[in-house]
Amino acid sequence: MSSKNIILDRIRAALASGAESPEIPRDYRRGPAEVDLDLLVERLVDYKAVVHRLNPEKSGIEPVIGGGVEGSGPQAGVADARPLDGVEAEGAAGGGSGGERAASAGAAAVRAAIADILGAGTVVVPPGLPLEWLPDGVVGLVDDGLSAERIAAADGVVTAAAVAVVETGTIVLDASPDQGRRIISLLPDLHICVLRADQVVASVPEAVARLDPTRPLTWISGPSATSDIELNRVEGVHGPRNLHVILTG
Amino acid sequence: MSTFLGMPVHAPRGVGHLRGDESFPAAARTALGDSQLRRNLQHATTTIRGKSGRVIAELPDWQELRSAGSALKASTMARLPELLEQLEEKVTAAGGVVHWAADANEANQIVTDLVRATGSQRVIKVKSMATQEIGLNEALEAAGITPVETDLAELIVQLGNDKPSHILVPAIHRNRSEIREIFLRAMPGVDPKLTDDPPVLAGAARRYLRETFMSTTVAVSGANFAIADTGTLAVVESEGNGRMCLTLPETLITVMGIEKLVPTWQDLEVFLQLLPRASTGERMNPYTSMWTGVTPGDGPQNFHLVLLDNGRTAVLADEVGRQALHCIRCSACLNVCPVYERTGGHAYGSVYPGPIGAILSPQLTGVEDNASLPYASSLCGACFDACPVKIDIPSILVHLRNQAPHPRTEAAVMAAAAYTMDHPRLYRSAQRAAKLSRIAGRRGRGLPPPLNGWSASRDLPAPPKETFRDWWRNR
Repeated sequence: MSSKNIILDRIRAALASGAESPEIPRDYRRGPAEVDLDLLVERLVDYKAVVHRLNPEKSGIEPVIGGGVEGSGPQAGVADARPLDGVEAEGAAGGGSGGERAASAGAAAVRAAIADILGAGTVVVPPGLPLEWLPDGVVGLVDDGLSAERIAAADGVVTAAAVAVVETGTIVLDASPDQGRRIISLLPDLHICVLRADQVVASVPEAVARLDPTRPLTWISGPSATSDIELNRVEGVHGPRNLHVILTG
Repeated sequence: MSTFLGMPVHAPRGVGHLRGDESFPAAARTALGDSQLRRNLQHATTTIRGKSGRVIAELPDWQELRSAGSALKASTMARLPELLEQLEEKVTAAGGVVHWAADANEANQIVTDLVRATGSQRVIKVKSMATQEIGLNEALEAAGITPVETDLAELIVQLGNDKPSHILVPAIHRNRSEIREIFLRAMPGVDPKLTDDPPVLAGAARRYLRETFMSTTVAVSGANFAIADTGTLAVVESEGNGRMCLTLPETLITVMGIEKLVPTWQDLEVFLQLLPRASTGERMNPYTSMWTGVTPGDGPQNFHLVLLDNGRTAVLADEVGRQALHCIRCSACLNVCPVYERTGGHAYGSVYPGPIGAILSPQLTGVEDNASLPYASSLCGACFDACPVKIDIPSILVHLRNQAPHPRTEAAVMAAAAYTMDHPRLYRSAQRAAKLSRIAGRRGRGLPPPLNGWSASRDLPAPPKETFRDWWRNR
């Protein structure tokens, strides 16, 4: 008799005297709720992510400064980030018309934000990431199966995202081409994540509903941290110690 | 034979960490004498209660989520055979291999054989209660394989030659300066100028484990949740050591108790809200990894899932006690328990300490092997209020006290007391005798055996100078 059959028989014997399968009360909040981007930023910053909010209407970037881990990475000085030049001007230089111009303006703003986070260096990028996001001076190392050593040696990684949750300040990566293999957002000490406003949902149930469980999923809420020393949250253990979120649209 | 094999049995003796060397009262007495331990515990549990309370208060539907979580777990238990088979089918279809382990010995053998087949002499481990329960590290070491714990608290415990004392934070009994001392003493290559600043301590662990993560080809993990209808597994963590173990190696072996199932993907929406807020007191823990079988080109290309019974079916067979299987290992009940806060986790003898341990360990092993644990509680009920899936721990404690072995003389004394109270004349003489005992100065010395267990931790009420009956007669 196989162990599988032994265990299943044991369970059936254990339940033989009867076990109720109750109705699941679903009166907790589930449906779509209004997305409050300001609250998302607040929650991200609360868990020590640094948020760069691109606001085309204001023609600029509002850097929202979170903690980051002092002295632990090449961009530790980012707390001094200054407001950037107008996005519109840079976008207009790219020419084009209508939607193209908007897309190009968006790319220019992302480029400016990344330049501000990491003046120069090498970043790993997934194969589907728009290379136009990378500023001059930042070299994109496209992941086509890079070794762990090469990924770990990079100054950072730039990915897109799949979903974000306002209520918990969480970003989810689903290994789509613009997010890449799980390893690339893990080994570098700096993770720059570009998030679109239309990817943001209010609550955990909405995020679960949007995600495809057959893909490898990584839920990220702030940089690597631990509660193991006297039960206080301390940032900076094995994962990236610096998480920058560029919020577009 | 098959009928016999198919009946629920307890976790076997001689393997794993479900039974202590001494009873709870004896072990607790030692712990209570350690004032540093009590200060550390008081500080840590106060901190976490505050954090958890604040983030739970942010959710207007916390009680509704608890009710949904409780019902989901009850429903899962009632449908366990079909859900387990569904999980096996989905994991297998996604490229994983599912193994079934009837007890700790079988699970340890399966994992050891799988690691041997890879040729690796070392495995990296994500903190896992199931593998601690079965004593996997000892089994691997006996086979010449080195298990490396990668969770910070587990590392503190391993380097300090210590035992875990909390479900979530196994090193909760250590404060920052003690952790610094352990690192300075036992961590190879540590900076001698190490301070006790928590970020500095965390940074030391990062440097120490980095090379091990990069060069080890096999990982062993537990699982927080397994989704039956998709075959998805989830590990909830903070540091990124979990992501390292789940992403970098070629082979991943996950050991999980059969009760960790969640019926559908969407049901996860309940537990992902309950667990972090009840556990670390965060809106969401820093990292949660979810994977379904094998993803070509991303993460481990060999995935094994070991489904573990080890006494769980025996728990399931008890209609009152089976709720203990609903536990999602958040440890909120430990953090609110006045007994745990004073004795710490070691006194419970099992890897599952605190209120949940006091109901889970005796049921996994059989009450006779952990007979003192159902009494390791004042029945104040704080654990029930704190439990995110509403396990009625106090009721199960009382239920298990009835199953614990009682001395025969106790029943005789109780029968005698009942007879006396049933007969007014006898009762009157008994009261007179009690008054005499007052004069004889027995007060404060407790009761004679076999009743001394009762008076060992309680003050015996002084018999009154005048009984009610005397007063009534003389009024």
